[in-house]
Formats: sequence, structure tokens, C-alpha cells
Amino acid sequence: MSTIAVDARPAAAAARPAERMRRAARRWRYATNAGAALLSAVILVWTLTPIYNIIMVSLESEGDVAVTTIWPSQPSAESFWVVLTEGHWYLEAFWHQFGNSVFLAAMVTLLVLLIGSLTSFSISRMRIRNGWMITNAALLTYVIPGSFLAIPFYLIMNRYGMQNNPWSVIAVLVTFTTPYAIFIFQEYGRSIPLELDESARIDGASPIQIYFRIYLPLMAPALVAVGTYALLAAWNEYLYQFLLLSNDRSMTVAVALGKFLNSDVAPWNYMMATAIIYALPPLATYYIFRRRMSSGLTMGGVKG
Amino acid sequence: MTTVSAIELGRPAVRRQSLWRYWRGGLQGSEFTWAVAFVIPYIAVFLAFVVYPAFYGLWMGSNPALYSEVFSDPIYLNTVVNTMIFLAFGVNVKLFLALMLSGFFMRPGWWTKALLMIFVLPWAIPALPTFISIHWMLNGEWGLVNNALYILFGIDGPSWLNSRWLALGSAVFSHVWKWTPFWTVILLAGRMSIPQEIYDAAKVDGATGLRRFLYVTFPLLANLYLVLTLLATIFLLGDFNSVYFVTGGGPANSTHLLATLGVVRDMLELGKPQLGVAAVMSALPLLIPLVIILMRKLKTSEAQL
Repeated sequence: MSTIAVDARPAAAAARPAERMRRAARRWRYATNAGAALLSAVILVWTLTPIYNIIMVSLESEGDVAVTTIWPSQPSAESFWVVLTEGHWYLEAFWHQFGNSVFLAAMVTLLVLLIGSLTSFSISRMRIRNGWMITNAALLTYVIPGSFLAIPFYLIMNRYGMQNNPWSVIAVLVTFTTPYAIFIFQEYGRSIPLELDESARIDGASPIQIYFRIYLPLMAPALVAVGTYALLAAWNEYLYQFLLLSNDRSMTVAVALGKFLNSDVAPWNYMMATAIIYALPPLATYYIFRRRMSSGLTMGGVKG
Repeated sequence: MTTVSAIELGRPAVRRQSLWRYWRGGLQGSEFTWAVAFVIPYIAVFLAFVVYPAFYGLWMGSNPALYSEVFSDPIYLNTVVNTMIFLAFGVNVKLFLALMLSGFFMRPGWWTKALLMIFVLPWAIPALPTFISIHWMLNGEWGLVNNALYILFGIDGPSWLNSRWLALGSAVFSHVWKWTPFWTVILLAGRMSIPQEIYDAAKVDGATGLRRFLYVTFPLLANLYLVLTLLATIFLLGDFNSVYFVTGGGPANSTHLLATLGVVRDMLELGKPQLGVAAVMSALPLLIPLVIILMRKLKTSEAQL
């Protein structure tokens, strides 16, 4: 009898604090969940407001842009149709400009992958003497802001008659994107054993065969990551395209958009529709290759 | 050349052979030619499009008289103040937000992952459309912000882009909006690389909540955070888009940064590219030490970044 009483009392006493602790933990969990929900709402509003604004303005019908509401009064997709059919004198050459942007981005991607992989193959696989100097040069280029060279570069290109030539922009974009490629390739290449190259060399493979048959196939994930990055960087870049491509035949969508902004009578709904169409290809590319890019991203970061 | 030291005599011939190969870069004959051929494209690009423009710029800005003209220009002095404000707020606010938010995005669950996908939108969308959108949003008469202020609170908002400080604040805001997701993703990757065992050990020692962050997470992220601060500072010094599209340098050229001042006002509006080069080059005393520190940091912490 007495033993039971001795046992029962501590048990009852212990049950209450445990229950209290459980309740406190539950309350704490509710509080943090509520906090997280609140923060999520703030993040959503913060992130989506400017994006909502583009969509809202693009859905206005013509002449209705200067509204005082916060939703489109008469939503219509008319402005998208106008952009796609080049139905406004601002947009006469839209598809041509779109093609220019595609060409520019494709060439930059191709050249960055080619030059970047050749350089890092030579430095980290063939171990060329003084390769560290090239790595340092690339690091330096990566670190200095591109806009600092804009004025001299613009004057040099003018001097050689390269204005309105897409290759001048391709050259500068390749210059500022290749360093990133060289880093990522060197970092990623460390995971590929050098013995592979050596055994191929013993079997009589020439460096160019090793490059094509061994190096490039094994580097495929890094090539995809860097290729995506170069594609987005070239498509999104504005300053050099604006400086170097100014006539109607050579300009890209980005330059055309900027020109829209600087004219006083710009039809804002068409401009926003153009902006959305311009933003969709990189956005799709980004979300498709997001997982592959993130591995590269953690290794080198991306220049703004 | 013919003197051979006693130490070298003691070594086997193979060792000397490899030493010789080391001095030649470990490559011989045709292989060496190939290796050189592979790096030539990049060296050519570097010389033609980095070294040449850089020296051309230095030559353009080498006239001391330019600098007295630049420093006596009130708009340039405003620009320097703007740049300082931009650096102080832009860099620190966005990195601090990124540090905090990366902790939030560590929470488990599908909701956090979905939110992260939305959160990276500002970075994934090209800068141009969103900055144009922000420019329109801040319009005093028809902008979304003032419409919302009026409808929700009955307040007449200011015309954001017509006063210097509001316009500059808007440009900083746009910059933070655009770039916070990017730094968050990097810091998130940094946090994910911290092994769970460290947190388990810290838990045993009683470190939870704020103390866990202060004594465990942050010390481990400190080096990364420092490198990111340096990188963000340098990238911000060269920022063009956020000011050019949101404020256009206005009102009355009062919100320029160095890049927009040099390119837009000096070169395109005034037609004096030398002045622009001099304005941009005045950032070199700040830029060069940053670049040197950063290059050293990047080399030692490559694996971490």
C-alpha cells in the first residue's frame, strides 16, 4: 500500500510539468508558424508587386494607361497581339530585333563555352606553364565591373567602325562572361581524375582527341550550367547593347525597350507587353535549368 | 650551367628528368604547341578587350586638368554622395536581408520551396522590364504605389521621382529588390554546407535559437559573408541599370551613380568622354584595394564560395 503511494505521487507530479511543456511547445510551434506565414505574405507582396504592375499595365487597352485603380479596368490581351503582329510604328521591327537578341545570345554562349573550355583544359588538364597567370587575368576580369570599361570600349569600337555591328557586343559579352566559365570549369574539372587523360595519352590520343572525347563529355553538367548562365547574361545585358547597337536594323529587344522608355509619348501598355515577351525566354530557360545552374552558382557566384 | 651540386648528384636520373619537365610545364613538342594553341583565344580576348580598353581609358584620363574640372562639378560631387549612400544602404541592407531570409528558407516543407521559387523571380527576370515597371509604379499621378496608398489609406502619396532623396531611395529599393534573391540563394547554399553534426553538438551544449545563430551559424558563414560584401560593393560601384531606368539620373541630374554619370551625362549628353572616364576613374582608389583583397580572398576560399 505504502509503496504504491510513494510511486504514484512522483508520477502524478511528473505528468503535470510534462503536459505543461508539451502545451508550451505547441504554443511555440503555433507562434513560429504564424510568424512564418506572415513573413511569407510579406515576401510574396514584396516580390510580386512590380511584376503584377507589368502585367496590369500590359492588360490595359489603349489610352487607358493613366488610371487611378490598382487593377486593370477593362483587361484585354490586345497589346500582346499588337506586339506580336508588329502593329504599332514603335514595334515595326520587333521580330527582327528579337532575332538579333537570339543571334547575340547564341553566339555569346557558343564562344564562351568554346574559349572557356579550351582555356581551362589547357590550364588544369594539360598544366601549361604559368597557367596561373591566365587564371589571375580571368579573376581580375571577373572582379572589375563591366561598366567601367564602357566609355573606352565604345570609343575604340567607333574608331574601328564597329558601331551597329553585333560582333562588337558579342566580343565584350564574351570578354566578361568567359572568366566565370573558366572558374566553373576548373572547379568542376577537379572531380575528373587526371589518370583518364594520362591513360588516353599513353594509348596515343592527341590533345585534341582527349579534349573532344574525354574532357567535353565528362564536363557536360558544367557546360550546361555555364551555357545557361552565358545565355541569360547575354540576353539580359543592356549597357553595351545600348551604346553599340543604335540603328533599327541592328538593335536588340533590350535596346528597343530602353528607347521606348525615353520617348514621351510611348504607349505604355505596348511597352509592358513587349517587356513581358522579352522576359519570357530567359525566365523559361532559368526555371528549366535551375537545378543544374545552382551547382555552378554556389561555386562562383554570378556577376550582376 | 655545367656546375652540378652535390645534392643533385645524389638524386636518381628520373627525378631530374621530371624536374626538367616541370620547368618546361610538363609538356613536350607537339603537346606544348597544342596547349599554347588552346589558351591563345582567351589571351587574345583578354588583351584586345580588357587590356587595350583599360589602357586606352587610362590614357584618356591621364590629363590632370581633367580632374580639377571633374572635382569642381557640383553634379559630380552629388554623384559621389549618392554612391556612398548607395554603397552604405544597398550593400548592407541586401546582404543582411539575404542572411536572414536564407535562414527562413532553411525551413522544411513544400511551402518554403514553392516560396523560394517565387522569391527568385526578381533575379530570374531581366533587369530591364522590372525596372521599367518600378519606374511606372512610382509615377506620382498614375503609379500603382500612389493609387494603392490612396485606395487603402486615403493618403496622397508624394511624387517619388521628383525629389532627390525619394528618387535615390527608390533606386536603392529597386537595387535591393532585384539583387536580394541572388545573395539569398548563395547564402542558402552556404548554410546548407554546414554539417548537421555541428548543430547537434551545439544543441547538446544548449545553444538554440538566437544563440545558435550567433555562436554557430554566423561564425561559420562569416568568411563567405565578407567575400560577398566585397563582391557586392564592387558590383554596385559599376551599377548602371537600377539608376538609369528607375530615376534616369533625375531630377536635374541629382541621382546619378558614377557609371550613369560618366556614360550618359558626360559622354552622350555633353559629348565629353574624357570627363566621363575621369569621373569613373575617380573610383579607382576605392576599387583597387577592394579588388586586391577580394582576389586574395577568392583564391583562399574558393572551395567555400
